Amino acid sequence: MTTPTPDQSAAKDTPPAEATASAPGTSAPPAPAADRSYATVIRNVFTAENSAMVTFLAIVLSLLVGAVLIVVSNTATMDKAAYFFASPGDFLSSAWDNISSAYSALFKGAIFDPATVSGTPSQFFGPITNTLEYATPLIFGGLGISVAFRAGMFNIGGQGQTIIGAIFTSYVAFEWTSLPGALHLIVAVLAGLVGGMLFGGVVGWLKAKRGAHEVIVTIMLNYVASMFLVGWVLKSSLFQDPSHAGQSISKPAEADAVLPHLFGSGLNTDIGLLLALAATFVVAWFFKRSKLGFEVRAVGLTPSAARTAGIKVGRVQIASMLISGALMGMIGVTQTLGLANPNNNAIAGSIDAGLGFTAITVALLGRTRPWGVVLAALLFGALQAGGSAMQTNAQVSIEIITVVQALIVIFVAAPRLVKEIFRLRATKIETTAGPQATPPSPDPFHTTTVGGQA
Amino acid sequence: MTTASTLTGSDKTDAPLVKNDRSKLVGGIAQAVVGVYALWQFGLAARTGHGAHTLFNLKLDPTSSGPGPISAPAEPVAIALAVIAIACGLVRAFAPISAKVQRWLAVGYFTSFVLAFLVWAAAGSSIGLNVPSIIQQTSIAAVPLILGSLSALLCERSGVVNIAVEGQFLFGAFAAVLTSSMTHSVWAGLVAGCLGGALMCALLAVFANRYLIEQVVLGVVLNLLASGITGFLYDRLMSTDGATYNTPPSFSAIAIPGLSKIPVIGEALFDQNILFYAAYLLVPVVWFLLFRTRWGLRTRAVGEHPAAADTVGIKVVGLRYRNVITAGLLSGLGGVWLTLGLSTAFVKDMSNGQGYIAIAALIVGRWSPIGSLGAAVLFGFATELNLALSSLGTPIPSAFLQMAPYLVTIFVVAALGGLARPPAASGKPYIKG
Repeated sequence: MTTPTPDQSAAKDTPPAEATASAPGTSAPPAPAADRSYATVIRNVFTAENSAMVTFLAIVLSLLVGAVLIVVSNTATMDKAAYFFASPGDFLSSAWDNISSAYSALFKGAIFDPATVSGTPSQFFGPITNTLEYATPLIFGGLGISVAFRAGMFNIGGQGQTIIGAIFTSYVAFEWTSLPGALHLIVAVLAGLVGGMLFGGVVGWLKAKRGAHEVIVTIMLNYVASMFLVGWVLKSSLFQDPSHAGQSISKPAEADAVLPHLFGSGLNTDIGLLLALAATFVVAWFFKRSKLGFEVRAVGLTPSAARTAGIKVGRVQIASMLISGALMGMIGVTQTLGLANPNNNAIAGSIDAGLGFTAITVALLGRTRPWGVVLAALLFGALQAGGSAMQTNAQVSIEIITVVQALIVIFVAAPRLVKEIFRLRATKIETTAGPQATPPSPDPFHTTTVGGQA
Repeated sequence: MTTASTLTGSDKTDAPLVKNDRSKLVGGIAQAVVGVYALWQFGLAARTGHGAHTLFNLKLDPTSSGPGPISAPAEPVAIALAVIAIACGLVRAFAPISAKVQRWLAVGYFTSFVLAFLVWAAAGSSIGLNVPSIIQQTSIAAVPLILGSLSALLCERSGVVNIAVEGQFLFGAFAAVLTSSMTHSVWAGLVAGCLGGALMCALLAVFANRYLIEQVVLGVVLNLLASGITGFLYDRLMSTDGATYNTPPSFSAIAIPGLSKIPVIGEALFDQNILFYAAYLLVPVVWFLLFRTRWGLRTRAVGEHPAAADTVGIKVVGLRYRNVITAGLLSGLGGVWLTLGLSTAFVKDMSNGQGYIAIAALIVGRWSPIGSLGAAVLFGFATELNLALSSLGTPIPSAFLQMAPYLVTIFVVAALGGLARPPAASGKPYIKG
């Protein structure tokens, strides 16, 4: 996918365009005796192993299921379904109206609104910058989940790590006002990072030293963090904003600790996006080039072999949870200090906005590869931004976006199901003569050892 | 993803049994130290001093006739209980005792510690502690946890990790409310709720067994799916036309003749609705089915060693499908309880993490029905204690009391470490061949 926002605009791409875009990813380095004709490349696009094709079809399928839900839950339309056989046109046109109004509002809210072509730049670029703003925390979160995943751990604790990060960053942002301008911002960002890092590190430590499973520990820590925030932090005199007496909301961050606008004040994107892209570069480098990154991947693939090779598995687990938690803490930073914060850069009980869980779907859709995560985050960011517009303009609840996101991940994880629905061929025609030169892809969806012991 | 496939302590090398003696010593000493803290904080504190008394009410309604409240002198009782706790810790640390005795010591330690805390918390209060109310609220709060952990138990014992209990609760609750509101029948709601849970479990079974998706990942995504679907339909149907879609009838309480007249516990435990009794009866039923019947033996075989089970002619995948879908009936029933059982309407994400707590109860209860019951009651107690104490004005912020069950779970999972062992094949799809 070469398009920066693989969403509905991609959905309208013709198959050949899809083919040329995805061909380099699916075929291995050129081999002399291989059949590399254009026809073969195109045919391979329609096989189940082509993950770009499966991803695309998964998105289409999920939007279809969403459309069905939109129609079925519309009581006025369903009344017309009662006399479907007497006058099918009534029902069909009504259903089409429901779906098209919802999805066109989604598109207009996420990419651009044709009506604004003659408008001001901030109107024209408004939707796409909203998408970028929504994608920013998802990039951090997706990367965070991926780092833990590659080490063989499933970090469901994004919510808790986000909350603790937000508490740390918020405290620095409103309390340490003596720090000068940019330094205040940097320290506030680092505080959130450290907060998430510590909260994630606890999980790694318990896993490595006590054998406590990270799934249970992170779930429990999510509740601990959210009760700590709602039940104590937002009620304490240290955090609670006296100008909102009785409300569970913190003091707002000082102006120079707020993340500045990236594209000028009219557009809704802050420099958190740059930080997220920088984090992607770092994580990509980490996996590819660093010693620890190599150890993380080794531990994730086979812990016993890694241990035999002299890698200290426990230490790697702790390190990967520290990194994962730090990235999750960055969600807290962008949620608190970013433009997406509706509360004047203060924190309230809903500061995590369920992003810790959405991040899991982002990481899975991106197949735990850093740049894949960015693409997935852009898609889900577009869905979030469009979903808000859909809720306001087409009166379709934004909850449908959660359904679509979960379905996309399920369909992507079950390529066989997509294949069965669309009757794709099972295997692709080999375009190379020799064995694939690409390393085995880390598959977050399936157990590597079937029936065997870890 | 090898390690994400089982829920606890799959890395056996990290907690070898050799460490057992040391953990006994360290754990026992830690218990004793906490006991000393309890002695200082609860027994010798200002709250219990000056001859303060702690009232224990023995009637649900203090104005009705029956046994009057017991008044205990706070200071000596709290000190005695703290000393018992310290003794339990020291015995565990230094006496050569078997694992079984250790378990009873842990129970004794925990009970005396909590009682010391209660005596301290309620000291000097004119209302005192309402014992039947605590029992009643605890047993009510434990019901969804019991149903959820039994559901997860059935799945894990047959080799499928069911972390989607939360989603099954939500879907069951939604289906029950929608159906019973439209038909005005609790029984139709009950059936719909159970089937709703079973539907979610069927999704789990198909994607885990046929499409081989990693099951913990799948469970989390299914929870999101259920939250999204029920939230979306709630917005579209129930919040716009609540009178038609969100006014569920509820089950009425049935007082059991004789038993409901027992003082203290009678009113609390034997004047509840049918779902309440069903949840508690299901525990021995599931235990019996799992450990005393042919089906149970096969289920456990499939969960421990599917290849061996297949060799002797058990249809592994078929049995897994059946068991997982049956388990969905149980977690769906949990959803029915949350709405029709507690006579509340549906709200978004109303299960509020109880599905996850149910799984924690399963692990703390070490994958046995009776253990899960114990853990569920414990969690229920911790939740309700918070409510009971809020009227007493203790100096502890309620947020920290609310955290207690979650912290206890982390502590137990960390303390059990490699000792808690899930069914060996749990989370691993079986591919014949």
